[in-house]
Amino acid sequence: MPIRCEVVTQDKMLYEGPADIVVAPGVEGEMGILPNHAPLLTQLDYGILRVRYQGEEQVFTIAGGFMEVRPEVVTVLADVGERVDEIDEARAEEARRRAEELLKEGPPPDTDEYLAIEASLRRSRLRLDAVRRYRRRKRQRPAPKPREES
Amino acid sequence: MASAREMRLRMRSVRNIAQVTRALQAVSASRVRKAEALVRATRPYADKAWQVLRHLSRQPARDYLHPLLTQRQQVNKILVVLVTGDRGLAGAYYTNVLRFAMDHFSEAAAPVSYVVVGRKGRDLLARQRVDIHAEFSHLPPEPTYADTSAIGRVAIEEYLEGRADQVFLVYTDFINLLRQEPTMKKLLPLEFEEDAQEGLPTGLAAHQRRGPEPAYIYEPSADELISAIVPRLTALQVYEAVLESLASEHAARMVAMRNATENAKELAIALQMEYNKARQQAITSEMLDIAGGAEALRQALGQGA
Repeated sequence: MPIRCEVVTQDKMLYEGPADIVVAPGVEGEMGILPNHAPLLTQLDYGILRVRYQGEEQVFTIAGGFMEVRPEVVTVLADVGERVDEIDEARAEEARRRAEELLKEGPPPDTDEYLAIEASLRRSRLRLDAVRRYRRRKRQRPAPKPREES
Repeated sequence: MASAREMRLRMRSVRNIAQVTRALQAVSASRVRKAEALVRATRPYADKAWQVLRHLSRQPARDYLHPLLTQRQQVNKILVVLVTGDRGLAGAYYTNVLRFAMDHFSEAAAPVSYVVVGRKGRDLLARQRVDIHAEFSHLPPEPTYADTSAIGRVAIEEYLEGRADQVFLVYTDFINLLRQEPTMKKLLPLEFEEDAQEGLPTGLAAHQRRGPEPAYIYEPSADELISAIVPRLTALQVYEAVLESLASEHAARMVAMRNATENAKELAIALQMEYNKARQQAITSEMLDIAGGAEALRQALGQGA
């Protein structure tokens, strides 16, 4: 009996359907959610969200948000998120470069501007990281399962 | 009757007005579509967010869980977040939402202060001599969540610091191009009991269930988590209200401008008729003058001969 999984971002529905397991980047470590999990409410960190159903795995990048788990449904409310397959690698690379440059120019730390640039840098790094890990795995498997940071 | 020259000037200005209003109508029409698309895009997230809030508000012993979930016994002060726009020429849009707010709050049991979004709303409220706590104007034409999150933050702050015991959100709900309705939602404290059903986004009513929810496991602590989640989702509701209002404003403007264009056209036709008549009259009288002159001349010549 699979669990229903819904992944939404502020501007669209990313995934809606059944899942055998959902692996999400919680703020206190990565967590895998199986069907009939106890009700849980958690904050999500920057990281990778994986939804596996019948051997097929879908991978998303998530830049913060919340997850609500109920026995029959997992709801992921992501602040920002996208399918790894849809990430534009060149754009992410460009964004990372620009953010790094801006950070070097150094607006004073702890201002909104600084935090915004930093967040953008984290997002683009996450995207690049996800692309490298998960796209390659698709083409030339079997690659070793990547180590997760927790 | 005005001279022909004056009438020509008037006709030209009426036609110019028609052109301007038609352009405004076209602009608003395209903006409505954009705003509508924005509303639709955020709806799945907003619906899910509501669902989470609902579950949260039905947690056992919610009153002890977090200050944002606690019902206050006594209401000493009410805060109203009123969402309007920056620009005029939108027909009855502003009057409608303002009158709606006034109907609900001008005789409230507790003093009311306002947080107003939009320059027009501020000007109108200022005339009503109410207490304006804060104002947010000049939002970009396609606001993002980040543009509006400060509004929600003000509401949360006021509530947590005890300067407001209830927070309401008043905005204009976009139903379709011809119908926009002023709407009120209770933002804080969270309330999703039976009576709050009408304030829910569509489709959620189906999820309605009785009884308390099973208690959540919170990660990190309940306090920390609710402090993070509730303000975000409150701000999200404000964001959605801003988008709905924006779509409504453009729709109202589009209709107002279409009416204005039609009126101008009618006026132009009436003026044209009047002008034609006046011109014809002038020609007739000139002809009469000439004929009369010629007749007089002929008679004078005949007498002289």
